[in-house]
Amino acid sequence: MAEIHTSTVPSDALDDRSVSKAEITARRLALIAGLLLLLVAPFLIYPVFIMKVLCFALFAAAFNLLIGYTGLLSFGHAAFFGGAAYFTAHSVKEWGVPPELGILIGTAGGAALGLIMGFFAIRRQGIYFSMITLSLAQMFFFFCLQAKFTHGEDGIQSVPRGHLFGFIDLNQPIAMYYTVAAIFLIGVFIIWRFVHSPFGMILKSIRENEQRAISLGYSVARYKLGAFVMSAALAGLAGGTKALVFQFATLTDVGWQTSGEVILMTLLGGIGTMLGPILGSAIVVMLGNYLATTGFPVTIITGAVFMICVLVFRRGVVGELAASRIGRKFGLARWL
Amino acid sequence: MNTVFGVPLPALLGQLLIGLINGSFYALLSLGLAIIFGLLRMINFAHGAQYMLGAFTAYLLLHFAGIGYWPALILTPIIVGVFGAVIERLFLQRLYGLDPLYGLLFTFGLALMLEGIFRYYYGASGQPYATPPSLAGGTNLGFMFLPNYRGWVVVASLLVCIGTWLLIEKTKLGAYLRAATENSTLVQAFGVNVPILLTLTYGLGVALAAFAGVLAAPIYQVSPLMGSNIIIVVFAVVVVGGMGSILGAIVTGYVLGITEGLTKVFYPEASNTVIFVIMAIVLLVRPAGLFGRE
Repeated sequence: MAEIHTSTVPSDALDDRSVSKAEITARRLALIAGLLLLLVAPFLIYPVFIMKVLCFALFAAAFNLLIGYTGLLSFGHAAFFGGAAYFTAHSVKEWGVPPELGILIGTAGGAALGLIMGFFAIRRQGIYFSMITLSLAQMFFFFCLQAKFTHGEDGIQSVPRGHLFGFIDLNQPIAMYYTVAAIFLIGVFIIWRFVHSPFGMILKSIRENEQRAISLGYSVARYKLGAFVMSAALAGLAGGTKALVFQFATLTDVGWQTSGEVILMTLLGGIGTMLGPILGSAIVVMLGNYLATTGFPVTIITGAVFMICVLVFRRGVVGELAASRIGRKFGLARWL
Repeated sequence: MNTVFGVPLPALLGQLLIGLINGSFYALLSLGLAIIFGLLRMINFAHGAQYMLGAFTAYLLLHFAGIGYWPALILTPIIVGVFGAVIERLFLQRLYGLDPLYGLLFTFGLALMLEGIFRYYYGASGQPYATPPSLAGGTNLGFMFLPNYRGWVVVASLLVCIGTWLLIEKTKLGAYLRAATENSTLVQAFGVNVPILLTLTYGLGVALAAFAGVLAAPIYQVSPLMGSNIIIVVFAVVVVGGMGSILGAIVTGYVLGITEGLTKVFYPEASNTVIFVIMAIVLLVRPAGLFGRE
């Protein structure tokens, strides 16, 4: 945590000084427990299910980077997620590139889309920003519907998983799982570093008071665009990985419903927390899987959860926990 | 046969008419959104779903109560408008004073739920709704054949748009509404019941969406998905027009509808996306929107 103190942000803006030794130990133990859980999970639960959760968790964490730490609600994140899935699937299947390069191409594609969309969207704030991102993502959806390489309604089917670094056969479910877990951890670590960097601090200051950030001399538009591209790139990382796991890329992933789903995951788990989006995506994926077996339409439940969250549960599961009496006593807000 | 830029005139006029009809719906819907946004400072994401609800209410009235098109055209906006007012009283009122994003998210959830319910009972395919007999058939205008119902849609939407504009600009109620949009605290201090005004405004906006839904029922089929298909385009229309002006929302709706129709003639591949492209260009040139003020 020491590196934070070298930042340009005045140190009284940070509450890390009050962190006790015991708390650091507790934090480390929790982290190790989490890693162990990730390590043994495929032997306890169906691996494909966890991989799906991990892909969406990374997607939601990337989305949260924007809403939670910059205060911008993007309604178009499906474009980066689904777009990257197409890029990865196409490059792996048609160009025969190795999986690691395919995922990188997907990530770069997500970042490029983010740069273009962000360039237009950051011109407006608040709900206009949301409507613009939604419209631009819909435009990308129509592009994907008509473009040759996406194969329209059929999508890109039977994408080969290939060999990671030339020698790890990803057709082995366990190898695929640990690859996804590693990508997830790398992605979340990048987000964590990004949020706690001086850049992240400036983003938070923009979220809290944009006018003041401007008057302090920060080029707010540039920081917002930076955050937007970062978020899009990580959403692309998640989307590209998902294309390899499920071996297809379809229009579903670029549709506005997917943008809504990632908002729900983040809102339900807790906007602006590290763990919230991860927990939220686990709940939403589980709910989706369960409802698929009953035949009851998912959208009714999704809509209801949205409404309930907004009315009584705005901080999300993790946020409410941190704000509760127990949470405050243990200072959970600082590390969830 | 006459041609314009190599396109046969009847084909051009046909697409122009389709564009004008789409524009009528864009205008009605963006007008409702602008009225709601003006006072409630909230984007009503459920606007598309309420449009769909209008079409379905007309359909259900016909099939379960035998109530035909003309009574439905009056009854449906009232029924759906009251439904909107109830939603506002029960839920939306709790969200005032919060970040407007929560209003957006709540109404998004509402839209998902409404769409999900109708999909559950009626599937994703459309239900046919017959054109009223009094408007069946068409008129030969000499240069083109105009189906009567489509002509009626354009006239009706124009009348309602102008009527709503007059209501807001020329009546006492409209004056209250405009005053509350500027400064609701002060208006409340003058003894105007602002919470009731908010409920009425939301109900009015929703009723406009439902009216558009009834108008649309005989043209497009009555489908649970009709709302989400149109609402994103309407959002783009609203970004282009800027929500500051009622008249701006109406004009932008018609103009973009016609532009979309013309694109279908000259470059069909782009007809789905032309409105989004225009939105992007407007954002570059005039970020506040053509009629917006900021």
